[in-house]
Formats: sequence, structure tokens, C-alpha cells
Amino acid sequence: MNRQRLSLWWFVGTLVFALLSMLVPLPGALEPFKPYWPALFLLYWSLESEDRVTLGLAFMVGLAADLLNGVVLGEQALRLIALVFIALRFRSRLRFFPMWQQALAVLALLLNDRILLLIVRVLAGASLPPASWWISPFVGAALWPFLFLLLDDLRARLRIQ
Amino acid sequence: MARTRDESSPLFAGNAAGTLRLIVYLALAVVLMVLDHRNGWLWRVRYATAAVVEPVYRLAGLPAAGVRAVSVTFADRQRLTEQNQRLREDLLLANAKLNRMAAVAEQNQRLKELLDTQHSLNLNVQLARVIGVDLGAYRYELTLNMGARDGVRSGQPVIDARGVMGQVKEVLPTTSMVMLITDPSHAIPVVIERTGLRTVAYGSRDGAELSLPNIPQAADVRAGDKLLTSGLGGRFPPGFPVGEVRSVAPSASGMFLMAMARPSADLDRSEDVLLLHDQAEPDGPPAPVTPMGPPRDLAPAASASAAAPPAASGVRR
Repeated sequence: MNRQRLSLWWFVGTLVFALLSMLVPLPGALEPFKPYWPALFLLYWSLESEDRVTLGLAFMVGLAADLLNGVVLGEQALRLIALVFIALRFRSRLRFFPMWQQALAVLALLLNDRILLLIVRVLAGASLPPASWWISPFVGAALWPFLFLLLDDLRARLRIQ
Repeated sequence: MARTRDESSPLFAGNAAGTLRLIVYLALAVVLMVLDHRNGWLWRVRYATAAVVEPVYRLAGLPAAGVRAVSVTFADRQRLTEQNQRLREDLLLANAKLNRMAAVAEQNQRLKELLDTQHSLNLNVQLARVIGVDLGAYRYELTLNMGARDGVRSGQPVIDARGVMGQVKEVLPTTSMVMLITDPSHAIPVVIERTGLRTVAYGSRDGAELSLPNIPQAADVRAGDKLLTSGLGGRFPPGFPVGEVRSVAPSASGMFLMAMARPSADLDRSEDVLLLHDQAEPDGPPAPVTPMGPPRDLAPAASASAAAPPAASGVRR
């Protein structure tokens, strides 16, 4: 029982951590390299514990992120729903990919996410972003193996699912 | 962990229920976005949940503040001494200039009194600190540690020691968001210091420069020209430095010259900023006068007491 509660707190804690790291600024030169943390953490959890991650959860996390970021309400909710849906749909295959292949899949998901964001922003009347805006998905994909192994390792150490 | 593999986790095929739910949620998100875009609900929701949102901002700002504190703690003595020396020299220089300016300012004041204008050189400002929160690299905003409770209002100009930074866009109870002048959807009326040419400076896409896309072909604009706020439009007071022209080229349409300028304010480095409290006097047409009847002494003596109640005299200016 206690272990279950611990694992729930761990799950919620990582998501809150992801939202916070989204807000933490980086020095100006590193700014375009910042990965989209909530997407990476949600991806990890949707691969590892699909019974917890549902579209509803993705929606709520997205709304919270929108609220914190001050963008149009529903923007990140839409992106995260699309991301989690694809991840859950191909979950069984993604899980057994070797790491490099998984990272490529994550890259595709994050690029798709950026394209969605671009569509939403352009429809809302914003101008096109600079080229450096496209770096972030590649950084996210490059970080994916490390994030995945780190989270897996921590989970094994804490002996929680 | 042995998991029972049932049809809820198919290896290849998806289930219809999942797709349906996806469509429902996507529709919900789109509806929310459209409603929010039309009505601007988000800020009302944010204002209502400020008790949750603001601590999160403070928390997210901690690492940046920590790095700053650490860099001060571990900065070597040499550098601090140098910095101190430089600041002293700057102060001395600024004071000397101020002393010279004081006489001019006084003279200006006297002349203006002679001309019976209300402009004053005094600034009514409030010091605010930037909270290090990243609201997306693609949005050109700053978060300040002052909000509605400190008297901040939306539309107030924000400056730093070198020039105009932007204007307050949204206000929460104890924080506020500043729209920078480099935001592509921001425009600021400027005047070129050397020639007095009035034009408008817009933000640019890469967020580091200002663009002045509609300068007449015949105008005399060169790299190095300083841009000041013109005070037109009434949002920014006149005379504050905005930027410096870096390049001038014919615009794509060939009808105008297009100049790019570098903002004078340290948009990405300022930690302390000033909020201007006195809004500039609007240079547009004067505010409509409250309608009044003809002066009372013109009224016919018989109906005067009935037509003009005594309370109406309070309206007269």
C-alpha cells in the first residue's frame, strides 16, 4: 500500500518537475536548445506505465502547462494529446525497439509536435519562428536515452513500478 | 512483473474507442483554444489561480536567482574591484552630466512655464525586478515581481538604464508580464534624433532587432542614427532612447526604405527595470468635455432656478 502511494507520488513528482523545468530559463545562447520536458516525461511514462497515462491525463498536464506558460488555453493540451495518443498506439512496438531506434521515434514525435505547434500559432496569427526554433526536438531526442535510463534506474532503486 | 496481455494493449491494431476518445479530446482542446483566443479567458483563469501560478514562477525563478547569487559569491575579488571602479567612474560621469543638465532642466522648466505647458522632466518610477522564468523562447516577454497590488497597470512603459524595454501587457496580483519592443506584434512610435523624422519601429522575427519598414525613399537615414520615442500615440513618453540604426536597405516592395535597429536597452540582461508611472500625455485630440448648458447668467431669469439645479455647478471647470 505504502509502496503504491510512493510510486504515485513519484509519478506525479516527475510530471511536476517536468513542468517546472519547462519554466526554468537557460542562458540566452542555450535557449533554443531547451527540450520540451513535459513531452519527454509523458512519453517515458506512457511507455513504462500505460495504465496511468491516459489521454485525459495528457489533457490535464497540457492545461496546467498552458496556464503556467500563458499561451492560448488548450494549445499544449492539444500537442500532448496527439503525442500521447501516438505513443500509446505504438507502445508495444516502441518498447522493444533498441535505444537508437527509440530515440529516432522520439525525434519523429517531437518534430510532429513542433509542426502541430507551428500550425496552431500560425492560425492564431503569429509570425514564423526563426530557424533555431527547430533545434529543440533534436536535443530532446539526443537526451532521450539518458533520460530513459536515468528514470528507469531511479525506479529500480526505489523499487516502484 | 508479469502483465496480463489483453486486448487493451494490442501489438498492432488500434481500437476504435481510443480513436474516439482522441477525437473528443482534440475537439475539446480546439474549442478551448478558439474560445480563449476570442475571449481572452486565460488571463481571467490565471488571475483566479494566481495563488498557485505565482509560487510556481517564484520556484522556477530560483535556479536563475541561485546562479546569480553564486556568481556574485564566487566572483573573484579582482573582477568585483574592477566592476566597482567602473561603476564609480560611471556614477561620477553621470553626476557631472546631471549637474550640467540641472541648469538646463531648470531653464527648460521656466521656458515651459512661460509657454504654459504641463510637461515635466521629473519621472515617477517604480523599481521592479525581473523573475527568471522562461515563457517560451518564441514569445518575447519578461516576468516582473510587481503586480496589481503594487499599483502596476497594464500599458505602463518599462525602461532600463539604457532605454525603453517594452510595456506591461498583463497584470497578476503580485507579478506582471512585459511585452518587449522586439516582439513582432509590438510597434513603438519613434523619431530619428538627427533628422527628426517620425516613423514606427516594429519588433522582428528573430527577437533581437527592431525593424523600421516604412521610411520614405527620400529620407535621410544612416547606420548609427539614434531612435528616440516620439511620444505620439500617448503610450510612451517622448525622448527615451529606443535603439540605434544598424543598416538601411530598400524594402522588398521597393516603395520604402527599410532600416534594422538594435534596441538600446539590455533586453536579455537587465535584472532591475523601471516602471514609469506617469503615462505620457496623449497627443491626440483633447478628451471630450462633459456637456454643459449655456452659462447660467445667459439663462432667462424666470426659468433659471428650474432648468439648472444647483448641483450642476460642480461640473463646471
